[in-house]
Amino acid sequence: MRPTLGSAAVLVAVVAVAAGCGSNKSASGTKSGVAGAQKTVVNKAVSGTITFDGIWTGSEATDFGDVIKAFNKVYPKVKVKYNPLGNNLTTVLSTAITGGHPPDMADIAQPGYVKQLVSQGKLKPITYAKGAIGANFGKSWQQLGTFNGKLYALVFKASNKSLLWYNVPVFHQAGVTPPKTWKQLLRDATTIKASGVPPYSIGGADGWTLTDLFENIYLRTFGVAKYNALAAHKIKWTDPSVKTALLEMQKILLQPGYLAGGTSGALQYTFNDSVTNAFSNPPKAAMVFEGDFVSGVILSSTKAKPGSGFNVVPFPAITPGPDATAVEISGDLFVTFRDNPAIEAFVKFLATPQAAAAWAKHGGFATGNHNLSPSVFPDAIDRANQKAVGAAKAVVFDMSDEQPASFGSTTGQGEWGLFQKFLSNPADYTPIQIQLEKAAEAAYKKGK
Amino acid sequence: MEPPVQAAPPPSAQPRRFGRYASGALFLAPALFVLAVWIVYPAIYTIVRSFFGQQGYIGTWVGIDNYKRLFTTHTLLIAIRNNAIWVAVVPALVTAFGLIFAVLTERVRWSVAFKTVVFLPMAISAFATGVTWRIMYQQDPSLGAINALGRSIHDAFSPPGVLSSATPSTANVAPDHGGLVLKTPLHPGGVALIGLTGIPPTDLPSGAKQAVTPPPKGGDIVGTVWRDFKPGGGVPGKVEQGELGIPGVTVQLQQNGRTVQSTKTNAAGAFDFSGLKPGTYQAGVGASTFAQAWGGYAWLGPSLIIPSLLIAYIWIWAGFAMVVIAAGLSAMPRDVLEAARTDGASEWQVFRRVTVPLLWPVISVVFVTMIINVLKVFDIVLALAPESVQADANVIALAMWRTAFSGVNDFGTGSAIAVFLFLLVIPVLALNIKRFKAEAS
Repeated sequence: MRPTLGSAAVLVAVVAVAAGCGSNKSASGTKSGVAGAQKTVVNKAVSGTITFDGIWTGSEATDFGDVIKAFNKVYPKVKVKYNPLGNNLTTVLSTAITGGHPPDMADIAQPGYVKQLVSQGKLKPITYAKGAIGANFGKSWQQLGTFNGKLYALVFKASNKSLLWYNVPVFHQAGVTPPKTWKQLLRDATTIKASGVPPYSIGGADGWTLTDLFENIYLRTFGVAKYNALAAHKIKWTDPSVKTALLEMQKILLQPGYLAGGTSGALQYTFNDSVTNAFSNPPKAAMVFEGDFVSGVILSSTKAKPGSGFNVVPFPAITPGPDATAVEISGDLFVTFRDNPAIEAFVKFLATPQAAAAWAKHGGFATGNHNLSPSVFPDAIDRANQKAVGAAKAVVFDMSDEQPASFGSTTGQGEWGLFQKFLSNPADYTPIQIQLEKAAEAAYKKGK
Repeated sequence: MEPPVQAAPPPSAQPRRFGRYASGALFLAPALFVLAVWIVYPAIYTIVRSFFGQQGYIGTWVGIDNYKRLFTTHTLLIAIRNNAIWVAVVPALVTAFGLIFAVLTERVRWSVAFKTVVFLPMAISAFATGVTWRIMYQQDPSLGAINALGRSIHDAFSPPGVLSSATPSTANVAPDHGGLVLKTPLHPGGVALIGLTGIPPTDLPSGAKQAVTPPPKGGDIVGTVWRDFKPGGGVPGKVEQGELGIPGVTVQLQQNGRTVQSTKTNAAGAFDFSGLKPGTYQAGVGASTFAQAWGGYAWLGPSLIIPSLLIAYIWIWAGFAMVVIAAGLSAMPRDVLEAARTDGASEWQVFRRVTVPLLWPVISVVFVTMIINVLKVFDIVLALAPESVQADANVIALAMWRTAFSGVNDFGTGSAIAVFLFLLVIPVLALNIKRFKAEAS
């Protein structure tokens, strides 16, 4: 569905560089985060086989394999069979469910899909793990796994989507500093434009880059409560708050010369194009709004180096207040289709810092587990990213992942298609609002 | 596809006849089994499934709701409309190109080489073709081959100016017929400052020097054109340290809307108009300085995406049509053509009155095959159209896949779309079978 959390880690390297923190000092010494594992008593009473469908392939599948190995140190008689499905996960999973043979567990990136499965009664609650999860995760993380008032999912892994990546030499040439607030961002953009570089790069060929931008603006303007209400369609898309957010978005999209390629060019750039546009030489733009996976693209397809070539700051604050730093994440929700002692043991284990550490030591990982020792991470980038995700007071899911897929995450349809229409003519927001509402109504009605 | 076996009428005894059927059935059994499991059962299940709701196996009966949705949902209607366009355009053009290529290659010396080149696209998967054409169709002429060709032709006639992205730094410089003009009226002895921004440092012609505000000079009008930007922005309209002049800009001096003098700026962006009569003048920068390089057509934009797709698809299939028709052509009795020529028919008449009628059975096979192919078209749309225009480029098969899979998981409506597509293909198939029978008899 989206560039998955894989490259997450490489990322916020830059944050660390910016903060100027001494990076390598603690890297070597401590693996104390895992220390708890050795103390745990080996439990041979529980046995069985667990089938697990997930999106990770390649090195990420190996990383998850290490989590399973750590589990097997405690429960040697439980076998976990991991089935890497990549982007076909929802297709394979829904076919398996339809056929009546779902796996025991699955890793789903769309809370909206989890919600659908909960309402169809396909999933089992994991209330038994409430203690283990409560001991390691903050309230807002538990809330993310709660559907219809019951705990159904553990958010094992998360990826930060509230970030702004910028081209350091372009900022330097224009004489601007990375923006902390929305006002400062707009001012910087004017200066960058005058320096001869279009300030923004947007990958409009992928609808999700546009909804992510809208969601960040909405979240930072109206806060978590209203964001969640809109995500649940308790606020209509014709609401004045949506209009306000679209008008802010207009400031990014509408002015001629502010968008790399103009609106018609931006519609043809994929997410990857938008990143290479901003960080190749000569740069075609100065900034990209997207998640922590951007760094992976920069490192693999441009010559820009962290710190000297590219850097990252949190998405600018818009309305001052407690939610000015709220973070939008996309997360891996672990859900269960069956209930037995082996599955219960695995779910409880996954909530522990040992489980998180087994993956974290490879990097490319962030979690809401606040008991995970930062020292297990291999480098400063990962530690900084973990800090940003772990320390976030308010956390919300990517809104389009929460909505029914036909509205929130289908190519050319619903939200993705309509935001692309908005990009093609950003002056015309009223019909977009009306069509968004119409599409949302149809999708939510059908979902019931 | 194969013509029905001529029923050999053995007048012999009943048991022998039965034996024949039994052995026939035995040989057919594996094929029948495969057909039943992978074609017949899924087809029936899909038809049944299309009357049920979104979720589960066969869940809630919804009657013909899914079919109603098919004809009331905007995105699906677009898909149906697009398929109609495909059917109207592609089979006819593919057949026509195939016919032309086949007839012409008969007469050229390198016909095998030519045929190989035209047929080659058939050897590439539609998906790979889609990706290749998507790259060729890129709007940015520095990326897309087709627009690159367009740019080199365009720029040969109207070359781009030194500055293509500049904008005035203050409101005192206003757009004027594609160029810019300083609003302040000037008199001999005056100074004109024309500040421009939005110029990437790399766009400045090499050798640009620090700009200066020139001192007034007798009866001349002097001035400077410069990049009015330094890190942080600087003060717009003021020549500051660190701001470079723009060399090679054509500056025009106008009086009553008429250009009286024209000159080019030097390395520091300075210019000087001398020998002026008293009066009021205006200074500006001519349009040629800002002439944009040709930006290219948005082949992948919403309005051109369908023609772009059709071209790529025809490119693939023209080779197939050519090969089939060429085979028919080589089997054609030459003496008929010779007879027509001897009777004084022109080449065009021979082609129209003799070749085409004789080839008609082959041509219609190609045509009907193309209709079926085009109704089912899927992969090239998925691969070629950027996601932002896939709603505009949608076709029935793609809509079916998007609805049933890719996250939406609405198997009910998806099945209804599949059944609809099936119904569209059936008459064409029936036509084909009927013709096979006619040929066989």
